[in-house]
Amino acid sequence: MKNRITELLSKTKKPVLSVFYTAGFPNLDDTEKIAIALETAGADMIEIGIPFSDPVADGPTIQMSNKKALDNGMTVALLLKQVAGLRSKVKMPIVLMGYLNPVMQYGFEKFFKDAANAGVDGLILPDLPLDEFEKFEPLTTSLNLSVSFLISPTTSETRIRKIDAISSGFVYAVSASSTTGAKGEFTTEQLAYFNRLKSYNLKNPFLIGFGISNYTTYSQACAYGAGAIVGSSFIQQISESKNLEADIHQFVVSLTTSK
Amino acid sequence: MRYEVDEKGYYGNFGGAYIPEMLYPNVEELRTHYLEIIQQPEFQKEFHELLQNYVGRPTPLYRAERLSEKYNAHIYLKREDLCHTGAHKINNTIGQILLAKRLGKQKIIAETGAGQHGVATATVCALMGMECMVYMGKLDMERQRPNVERMRILGTQVVPAVSGNMTLKDATNEAMRHWINHPTDTHYIIGSVVGPHPYPHMVTLFQSVISEEIKKQLLKEIGQPNPDYVVACVGGGSNAAGAFYHYLNEAHVNLVGVEAAGLGVDSGESAATTALGKPGVLHGSKTLLMQTTDGQVIEPYSISAGLDYPGIGPLHAHLFETGRVQFVSATDDEAMNAGIELARTEGIIPAIESAHAIAALSKLELTQEDVVVVNLSGRGDKDLETYIRWGKY
Ligand SMILES: Cc1ncc(COP(=O)(O)O)c(C=O)c1O
Repeated sequence: MKNRITELLSKTKKPVLSVFYTAGFPNLDDTEKIAIALETAGADMIEIGIPFSDPVADGPTIQMSNKKALDNGMTVALLLKQVAGLRSKVKMPIVLMGYLNPVMQYGFEKFFKDAANAGVDGLILPDLPLDEFEKFEPLTTSLNLSVSFLISPTTSETRIRKIDAISSGFVYAVSASSTTGAKGEFTTEQLAYFNRLKSYNLKNPFLIGFGISNYTTYSQACAYGAGAIVGSSFIQQISESKNLEADIHQFVVSLTTSK
Repeated sequence: MRYEVDEKGYYGNFGGAYIPEMLYPNVEELRTHYLEIIQQPEFQKEFHELLQNYVGRPTPLYRAERLSEKYNAHIYLKREDLCHTGAHKINNTIGQILLAKRLGKQKIIAETGAGQHGVATATVCALMGMECMVYMGKLDMERQRPNVERMRILGTQVVPAVSGNMTLKDATNEAMRHWINHPTDTHYIIGSVVGPHPYPHMVTLFQSVISEEIKKQLLKEIGQPNPDYVVACVGGGSNAAGAFYHYLNEAHVNLVGVEAAGLGVDSGESAATTALGKPGVLHGSKTLLMQTTDGQVIEPYSISAGLDYPGIGPLHAHLFETGRVQFVSATDDEAMNAGIELARTEGIIPAIESAHAIAALSKLELTQEDVVVVNLSGRGDKDLETYIRWGKY
C-alpha cells in the first residue's frame, strides 16, 4: 500500500490544508470527533499533537492545550488506541506530532510499530536530531511511515537539502523564526523565503506552517508551498466550542474562502 | 573511562542537542565558535583579569578547624560564597558575556530560579553595558523578592514566567521560547551545566577554575594537590562540575554529589534526580530526568530554590552511570540543620544549596587522615527569609 501522505500530495492539483490539534483537548475523547468533523469540512490531512509538559517550541495557545490535555489524562498509549479506532472512519492521512520525551519513554521502536499498526501515516518529532533518526530510518521506511523534519527561515541551503533528503512525505517549512501562534500577515522577507524554498526544487513537497490564521496567510502559503498547516488559530476556535462540528466547519470555510 | 565531551556533544549515553530546527542556527553558531573563542589568549586574559579583579578570585581554601574537629577529619571549605554577588554562578556569566560580545550579540537573556544566576547575569550585563532580560517563575519572584529587586537595580528587566508551575523549569522554557523568537541578536546565558551541547561543556569549562584553584591551594597547604574527597551540591550541577573537573581522572579522589531530597527521597516532594530519574530529554539534552512513566516531567521540590530542577547536567548523568561520582542526598531538615551548624562552628551562614553539601559530611565514613574539600557554592544572605521561617536557631 502506498503511504496516504505521498498519495495525497502526488495526486491533488489543489493545495492541501493540514490541521494540527492537540490530542485530548478540549476533552479527552474529542480526538475522533474532531478528525471526522475536519474531514467533513474539507480538510485534507490532520496532525495530532502528543501533549507534553514542556512544549518549548510552542506559544501560549498550544501550551494551554497541552496542559489541558494532560490534565484530562491523555497519554501516548491512549492516543494510539484512539487513532486505531478512528482510522476506518476517515480517509485522510493522519500524522502524529510530538516532543521526543513521551515517545522515548514509550520506546522508539514500539512507538513506530504501534503507530503504523494504528494506521498512522506520518510522524513529526521536532526535537529529534537528524543523526539520531538515521538509526530508525530503516524501520520507519519498512513500516511505510513518512517522517517529516522542520526547516526555518534561518536554515541554510545545505542543511535544507540534508533535511529534504532524510524527510519523507513532506518537509515542514516553519514560516518564521518563532514559536507557534498566530501573528497576522506575512512579511516580504517571509514571502521571499517561501520563494527561495520553491526555487530549490526539493525532493519532497513542502507545507508551510506557523502563523497561519486567516484567508490571506492561508492563500499565500498555498501559493508557494504544496499547502498550509494551521494549528494555534484552530485550537483557539475549538477551545470554547459548544458545538465542535459547526465551529470546525465554520473555521475551515472561513480559512479557505475569500470574503 | 572518558569524562570529556565527545565531538557529537555526548558524555557517554547523555548529552547531545535535542532542539527544534528553529534553535539550530543559534546553537550551531555557538557550537562552532565556543572553543576557538575560549582558547584565544586575549579571551583568557580578559576572563582571568575579571575573575581576579572583579569577582575576587582566587577564592580562599579555608581550613575549617572546628568543623574538622567535629567530623574528625581535615575539612576545607572552598569559599565560592566570597565571590562577587555571593555564589559561583558569576564564573560562568563572566565567561559567557565575553563570548557573547565576541559573537557580536547585543542582548542577553537568562533564566533563574532562586535569582542567583539572574543576579550574576544582570551584573555582568551592567558591567558590559548590554541589554538584559531574565525570566523567572512568577512563584519564585514572590519567594525571592530581594533578588528580583537586585536585578532591577542593575537595570535588568525581570519577566515573570506564568506557564506551568511558574518555577525554574518554566523560566527555562520561556527563555528558550524567547531565544527561538530572537535568533540573531540575542545570546542565552544558561545558568548551569544543562541545555543542548555545547552548553554543558562550556559552562563546565568556565566553572573549572574552582578545581584548578583547589589543586594549587591544597598543594601549598598540605604538600599535594589531591584530597580524599570533594563534596558539592548538585542542582543542575555547575558548581559540582567546576569542583570535580580537574579531579575526574584522579581515581583516588572520591567525588560526592549531594542532591536535595526535599521532604525525603520517597516522599513525592523531592529533587533527588539520580535516585528518582530515568533517562529522558528536556531542555535540549538527554539526561537523567524526573518524570512520569508517560514521559511528562515532574515538578521537583526542595526548600532550596536553586536545587529544585527536575534534571541534572548530562556530565553528571554520565558520572552517576559510570560510578565515578557517588551521589547522596540531604533532606530539607538535614540541610537546614547543617546550615545552622556551619554558622555556629565557623561563623559562615551558607546558601541553603551549599548547606546540602555540608549535610553530607555526616553521611561519609571519614577517618582521621581524610582530607575533605567541601565546595561552599554560595552565601546565605539571599536565604535569610527561609532561615527565619525555619526558625530553629
Ligand atoms: C549558591 C548556589 N549553589 C548551587 C546552586 C545550584 O546550581 P548548580 O548545581 O548548577 O551549581 C545554586 C543555584 O541557584 C546556587 O545559587
